[in-house]
Amino acid sequence: MKLEARAITVEAGGCAIIKDAHLTLAPGELVGLIGPNGAGKSTLLRAIVGAMRHSGEVLLGGDAHLTPRAKARMLAYLPQERRVEWAISVSELVALGRHPFERPFTRLTPGDLGAVEEALAQVGLGGIAMRSAKVLSSGEQALALLARALAVGAPLLLADEPVAALDPYHQLHVMELLRERVRAGTGVLAVLHDLTLAARFCDRVIVMRQGQIVREGTPRAIIDAAMLEEVYRIVPLIGEHEGTRWVMPWRRTTPL
Amino acid sequence: MARESDRPGGRSAGPRGRYSRAALTFTALSVLVAIAFVLSLSIGPAAAGLGALFGQLTGGEADIAILIMREIRLPRALLALMIGATLGVSGAALQGFLRNPLAEPGVIGVSASAALGAVLAIYSGLSASVPLALPALAIGGALVAVAILQVLSGGRSTLTLILAGVAISSIAGALTSLALNLSPNPFAAQEIIIWMLGSITDRSMVHVALAAPFIVVGVAMLLATAHRLEALTLGEEAAIGMGVDLKRLRLLIVLGTALSVGAATAVSGVIGFVGLVVPHLLRPLVGHRPALLLPVSGLGGALLLLVADILVRLVTPGSELKLGVLTALVGAPFFLWLVIASREGGVP
Repeated sequence: MKLEARAITVEAGGCAIIKDAHLTLAPGELVGLIGPNGAGKSTLLRAIVGAMRHSGEVLLGGDAHLTPRAKARMLAYLPQERRVEWAISVSELVALGRHPFERPFTRLTPGDLGAVEEALAQVGLGGIAMRSAKVLSSGEQALALLARALAVGAPLLLADEPVAALDPYHQLHVMELLRERVRAGTGVLAVLHDLTLAARFCDRVIVMRQGQIVREGTPRAIIDAAMLEEVYRIVPLIGEHEGTRWVMPWRRTTPL
Repeated sequence: MARESDRPGGRSAGPRGRYSRAALTFTALSVLVAIAFVLSLSIGPAAAGLGALFGQLTGGEADIAILIMREIRLPRALLALMIGATLGVSGAALQGFLRNPLAEPGVIGVSASAALGAVLAIYSGLSASVPLALPALAIGGALVAVAILQVLSGGRSTLTLILAGVAISSIAGALTSLALNLSPNPFAAQEIIIWMLGSITDRSMVHVALAAPFIVVGVAMLLATAHRLEALTLGEEAAIGMGVDLKRLRLLIVLGTALSVGAATAVSGVIGFVGLVVPHLLRPLVGHRPALLLPVSGLGGALLLLVADILVRLVTPGSELKLGVLTALVGAPFFLWLVIASREGGVP
C-alpha cells in the first residue's frame, strides 16, 4: 500500500496556496513534512485526505477512485485542529478510530476492542479511559486523539503536528511511538516544527515553502544551516550527539 | 444487558459495554411511551375509559366509547406519538450535525416556513374550501426553505447554515405577521392565531394519514445519519478523514428535517422546544454519543408530547390550554437556563 499524490494544486481566492506538489509515502517509512508557518503543510494534508478542493490526483495502492470509507480504512488522518464536541469517554473517543470499519448500532468486534485498548495503552492513557474527553488537559487530549488515529490500524498515517502542545517527555514519547509503528510496517507522514525531532526520527524529510515542495531527502542531507537560512530565515546552532544531528534555532536573519 | 458491564474489566461507559445503559434507557422509554399512549386513549371529557373498551367484549354500551376512541382520541394519540418523535429525532440530529446543544428544527427555519405555508392556506381561504390545502402548503413551505437553504449554504460551513436558518426564520415570521396584518376579517386572523398556538385537538385520521408518510420517510432519513454524526464528534475535518461524505450528510439532515418537521407542523401548528429539551436531557444517559441519542430522543419526544397532551386535558378541561403554549411555557425557561448554564461552563 503506497500513497502517491500527483500534481496537487489548491487554489483559494484566485491564488494557488499549493502549487503542483508531488509526494509519496510508502509503508515502513517515517517522513517529516517541515517548513515555516503558512507554507501549506496542513493544506497539502487536507487535500490528500479529501477535505480540501484541489486539482491533481491522490492514489492509494495505485487506485485514485476509492470510496471515502475505503480510503479512510487505509489512510488514517490526525488533523491539526483538536476538537472534541461531546463529553464522550476517552475510550469511546479512541474507539472512533474503528468508525470506518463499523456498522451502525453494532457492538465492536474483539478485534476492534483489541486495537482500541492497544492504542490507549501505547499513549499511556489506559488509566483514564473512562474519563470524559471534555475535561482532559490539552496534552492528554492530544494523546487521546493520536490514539484514535492509531486505533484505525491503517497502513498509512498522516499526522498534522502530532507533538504540538506536548511537553518534551511526551514529544519524545510520541515520536518513539510513531517510530515503533513504522517498524511494524506503517507509513507515517508527520508535520513537524521541531527540527531536531525531524532530524532524529525521520527517514526522509520534505520541505515546503510558499505552497511548493522545495527540498526532499534524508534529514542529514536536507537539514543544514544553508536550508534553514534560506527557507526558515533563521541562523541555527547545529551539532551532533550520538550520531544524530541536533538543531537549535538561535536568531533570525534579516527581517523581511 | 447488564451482563456486559458486570463482567470483570467491563465498563459501562466504554466501548465494551457501550450499549448497556443506552439499551436500558431505550427499553424504559419504550415502556413509558406505551403506557402514555394507552392513557392518552382513555382520558378525556367523555366517559370512555379502558373499562368501557373492555365492556364491548361483554356486550355493553361500548359502541359510543369505541367511536370516541377511534375518531377522536386515537388520531390525537397517534399525532402526539409521531410529532413528538419527529421533534425529538430532528432536534438530536440537528444538534449532532451542527455540534451545538442549542440547535433545534426552528434553528434552520423549517418550522417557521412550514407555519408560513399553513398561514397562507388559512389567509387565502384555501383551507376552508380544500381541507388538505393547509398541510400541503405547510410541507411546501418547509421544502422551499430547504431549497433556499441549499442555495445559500450548500457546501459551506455550519455557521453559514445557522445564519441562513436565522434569516429564513425571520423572513417567514415577517411574512406571517404581514398576513395577520392584512387579514380581511377578524375571524381569519383569529383562526390563524389559534392554529399558530400549536395543538393536536380535533384532528382526524385524515391528518394522520397525510402526515405519516412524510414523517416516516423524514425520520428514517434522519436515523440513517446516526453513524456519520458519530464521526462529527471530532469536527468536520476528522470526520472527512473517517470517510464521511459531509455533503451527503447535510442533504439527509436538511431534507429529513424538512419532510418530517414540515409535515408535523402542518397538522399541529408550531410546537416548540421539544426538539431542544429532549436530546439535552437524554444525552448523559447514552454516554453523550450522537448516534445513540437519535432513537432515544425519538422515544423521549413522543413521551413528552403524549404526557403534555394528557396534561392539557386534565389541568384545563373545557377550555384546553394549547399544547404549543404549554411546551413553550416549560421549554423557554429551560432554554434560558441552558444558555446561562453553558455560559458558566456547567453544561457541555
